[in-house]
Amino acid sequence: MSKQIIIPFGPQHPVLPEPIHLDLVLEDETVVDVLPSIGYVHRGLEKLVEKREFTEYTFIAERICGICSFIHSLAYVQGVEQIMGIEVPERAHYLRTIWSEYSRLHSHLLWLGCFADGMGFENLFMNSWRIRENILDELEATTGGRVIQSACKVGGVRKDISAEQLDGMLLRIKDIKKDIRIITSVFLEDSSVKHRLKKVGILSKQDAYECGAVGPTARGSGVVFDLRETGYASYGKLNFKPVAATEGDCYARCNVRIQELFSSIDIIEQAAKKIPEGPIDVKITGAPNGEYFSRVEQPRGELVHYIKGNGKKNLVRSRVRTPTFTNIPPLLKMLAGCQLADVPVIVLSIDPCISCTER
Amino acid sequence: MAATAIKSLFSRPATLMYPVRPAKRTTVTRGHIIIDPANCITCRSCHRKCPTGAICVEVKEKTWQIDKLRCVICNSCVDVCPTKCLSMDPAYPKALTARGGIYKVAVAGPKKKEPAPVTVESPKAE
Repeated sequence: MSKQIIIPFGPQHPVLPEPIHLDLVLEDETVVDVLPSIGYVHRGLEKLVEKREFTEYTFIAERICGICSFIHSLAYVQGVEQIMGIEVPERAHYLRTIWSEYSRLHSHLLWLGCFADGMGFENLFMNSWRIRENILDELEATTGGRVIQSACKVGGVRKDISAEQLDGMLLRIKDIKKDIRIITSVFLEDSSVKHRLKKVGILSKQDAYECGAVGPTARGSGVVFDLRETGYASYGKLNFKPVAATEGDCYARCNVRIQELFSSIDIIEQAAKKIPEGPIDVKITGAPNGEYFSRVEQPRGELVHYIKGNGKKNLVRSRVRTPTFTNIPPLLKMLAGCQLADVPVIVLSIDPCISCTER
Repeated sequence: MAATAIKSLFSRPATLMYPVRPAKRTTVTRGHIIIDPANCITCRSCHRKCPTGAICVEVKEKTWQIDKLRCVICNSCVDVCPTKCLSMDPAYPKALTARGGIYKVAVAGPKKKEPAPVTVESPKAE
């Protein structure tokens, strides 16, 4: 048996957008064991729920993550609405769906860029982010914020999209779709990219299920599990199918996210056609008294917000379980047995969002 | 990829030379809060609703103060303002240091004819 050495990977590493530390135990160039540690960006956002009114906490909930901010606020307000028994107007549900899917588009395009950068394809990185900029422009034009939308509130949404704006968005998303198709064909067909991704970081279906993988990480391994199928917001009224692949390698996870881009565009188009007229919010009175587990599908997987209130303005407890946190055990399975040079690509393939993980 | 490369070669850069050319902004962009001091009645609604405690309204001194480094530009104060004296400017604020973050302004205060809630004038008059 050869001698084992430990190589620290992170918290500061060129491929990592956010700090996570992995101790890689190596035998020659092969990774035999991985010891993860987190805790570099903990901000104590869950504790703030005791000091802020439940309506104001929406703004804090969406600052948990800088990428899927809208979906965090959506999960939180859905939980409060369920406790208080608020009937949200139908139009608000549709608007939430549209913005969720725009968030998913921008998150996946950001990930594609980071992923290309991780495997050393800088040109592709720049091109992915150029397309992402168009999505951010749409979000800014409709909600007022590029990344932090602040569009959700308890009882509905804060901004409306006019019919002309929706028509314009539908027109522009067709062009964006064409651009995405060109860019993603490189990810799926380029031989050097394939060489870097295929049969790397394989996660079997059994392991994905047992380690609790969620989102595209699970769907890339054949575990078809998409919370949008539960029909929250207006997903129940739209026709879509969760994307899944069976290989379980980095290429499959990349493929799942790319296909999700197209399914998101499809959902936006359907929602824009079906969106009803009407009010966008209802007035709320009182305060939440009870507890609720709110589950939604983030770009990275299942997001759980646990909320408990006691009838006062401030909630008692908030707990967030983010998808990256549950995707760390599957990541360790993928890393065991891989080559050191493949570690950056495999780590990025779960789309790590450490600020989410640590709140 | 080759088509994209050729297209990029003959097109302008996708980025802007930011401080020289102004940033893209829309009518709803949340840039920074501005106040019209003449219309402020020091009702303290914005003070209460601010999720970060960036706004401080002194009823006695008739001043309205914002700590721009604490403000997260969530638009709650603009939504809640009864006289619409607060509004959102779509231009992004300039970079600040910790010393320059606080912006304090003297405001008109409550109008005398209207029944004001808790103000300093009424106890003095008694």
